[in-house]
Amino acid sequence: MTTTAASRRDGSARETILARLREALRVPAPLPHLKSHASAPQPAMTNGTNGPTGTHGLPQLTVLPEQAARPWLPDGGDTPAERLAILVENLGKLRALVHRVPDLTAAADLVGTLARERDWRQVAWHDHPLVTPLRAGIPCGTYEVRPGSFDKSALEACDAGITACEALVAQTGSILVSSATCGGRALSILPHVHVVVATCDQILSTLGDALHFAKSQNGGRMPSMLSFITGPSRTGDIERILVLGAHGPKELVVILVG
Amino acid sequence: MSTHSIPTPATGSPASDRAAKKQFLHDAAEHVRDTGHRAFVRKALGGYYTNRDAQKARYRDWEQARDAASLAKWSAVNRLDELLPRFVEKFEANGGVVHWARDADEARGIVLDLLRKAKAKAVIKSKCMTSEEIHLNAAMEQDGYGVVESDLGEFIQQLRGEPPYHFVFPCMHVRRDEISDLFGKHLGTPPTDSPEELTMIARRHMRRLYVDADVGITGANFLVAETGQISITENEGNARLTVALPRVHIAISGIEKVVEHLDDLAVLLPMLATAGAGQPMTCYNTLYSGPRRDGEVDGPEEMHIVLLDNQRSAILADPEQRDSLHCIRCGACLNVCPIFKNVGGFTYGTTYQGPIGSVITPHLRGLADWNHLSGASSLCGACTDACPVRIDIHHHLLHNRRNAARTAPNRWEKLGHKMFVTVASRPWLFATGGAMFRRTLGLLKALRPPLMRDWLATRDLPQAPARSFRDQWSRR
Repeated sequence: MTTTAASRRDGSARETILARLREALRVPAPLPHLKSHASAPQPAMTNGTNGPTGTHGLPQLTVLPEQAARPWLPDGGDTPAERLAILVENLGKLRALVHRVPDLTAAADLVGTLARERDWRQVAWHDHPLVTPLRAGIPCGTYEVRPGSFDKSALEACDAGITACEALVAQTGSILVSSATCGGRALSILPHVHVVVATCDQILSTLGDALHFAKSQNGGRMPSMLSFITGPSRTGDIERILVLGAHGPKELVVILVG
Repeated sequence: MSTHSIPTPATGSPASDRAAKKQFLHDAAEHVRDTGHRAFVRKALGGYYTNRDAQKARYRDWEQARDAASLAKWSAVNRLDELLPRFVEKFEANGGVVHWARDADEARGIVLDLLRKAKAKAVIKSKCMTSEEIHLNAAMEQDGYGVVESDLGEFIQQLRGEPPYHFVFPCMHVRRDEISDLFGKHLGTPPTDSPEELTMIARRHMRRLYVDADVGITGANFLVAETGQISITENEGNARLTVALPRVHIAISGIEKVVEHLDDLAVLLPMLATAGAGQPMTCYNTLYSGPRRDGEVDGPEEMHIVLLDNQRSAILADPEQRDSLHCIRCGACLNVCPIFKNVGGFTYGTTYQGPIGSVITPHLRGLADWNHLSGASSLCGACTDACPVRIDIHHHLLHNRRNAARTAPNRWEKLGHKMFVTVASRPWLFATGGAMFRRTLGLLKALRPPLMRDWLATRDLPQAPARSFRDQWSRR
């Protein structure tokens, strides 16, 4: 099929589907049955009026602003100390390894110890103020992932990948990495061990905070990938028995500096 | 360990949907008798219940979280005509290419076109139920494209030549020794009874395939209208690798997956994990907004999304059941369903099994041929209670029964009801009928007339009392 024919076909499919949606939505649906008590998020008009103003005269539902804190989700902590404690507890339950070090020199020593213990031969890294200084401690070969000279086979041969992160989420024990600032897409997923270096002031309370942070950082233009990593790779596909290291890293090491 | 072995279901769609009901009754009877299989499935789900309850307890108020998740999906689905174009505009501005597919045939055509243009030699795929829905793998293989399922469960099912048994846990019915034999046969690996070692076999097998593939195919869990990002949820890291290494990324998504705000995911992602798998969060929740950007290290040169209607707009047109489009495919309703646990996943003969599958399949593939699924329910409501986005699942099963009775009334059923009304509204007739029934009950048991034979096959009639309740009451 030629490109023109393909795009023409897509064009008419687009029009047909959108026409179907408009037609389907002419009859409004009942509101969902909300069961919780009075403090539940109530439907509110986004434009602050009482009149229905959405398409087809439907009310535009949203969650009231005071609900943005979402006091019904799991707690993420209000103070830095609480957030740190919740994060460390959650990472432990997820079977991630957490190390707290005073500074980057100590972090470099720690990476050196890990490399010797686990007999790493090749470690991948990317240029970042928190990652680059760690190279000094690595006793084996290193591979720097860099725009323009990325070699996926070289990365596949690495035992571990060291990255920075955008933020950590106490509520869920997640680490937010991006393709823009954390060495691209593959560095945090292809090597057998993923080492994350972060500072304690990168710990946010909730997932909502982290999504807000990602948006504010990137000013409307998001990196091509943002990933919340919650523990080492896992599967339960065989008899629902948990096994770590399905396709992604078998080990997740979080180094908190400061 | 049980010694059951599950018969292989007919893959893909039955030759005729007319045969679907017959197939269902046959397979259900077979599976219900297989106590080994039932025990195996129950055991596999045992850990899920424990973990789910532990994770739900971490929520300060699970019911309010359900309200919020339900509202987020309600407001998006009811403004799909506005939000879907908004998503598309943002997605295209980010450098992605959008393709629209009215039905399965069109969606397959689009993907095959893209593979041809990409001169694809090797294709790697992460778990994607919409691709099962459109029978994509068969079409790709017919056109000569090798495709490997990278999700462990899907990989096992691909080697077995079976569709998924459960749309979240694809091979939960397969024993480890069967997997060991399967890997031995296809990959030449030595036998093992360790789930860990079996997982490592798949891991080692797959790594080169990620690196060598030129096209990666994935599904999508959410489409974010505000930012034009797609969100993919997975535990294994196989989707991350599928989208990191190949040159072209193709995502296939139902049009109903749109949410308005990025912030909605702050509720939906944890709830998907907790309801579906008893986890605080699924291991990888990843947002993609297009191909590799300038200055980024890696990632595909092209990103495509196929937006699939395939009768979803018909569900949207039914305001009563529109909320079945809220479904985030967590699988919670399957995990708690007494029918699913007894008849198993293959019996349904559908892409989407369990209660939600029983609701939407008649819409996707025709009420006349699939209404029997509405009867595959005890109406206990466990599915509705388990649903994190508050879909009124068990009532929709009743709605489908009602709609089927309206569109194609069953004459015998109508006659039966008419007879009952005639008898029940006349006390003398009711008393006479009751007396006759009490006297002939023993005879019915012995004769097993055709209408009662199926019922009597697994049940027994009670002893008839000597005197009726009305008689006992009047002489009290």
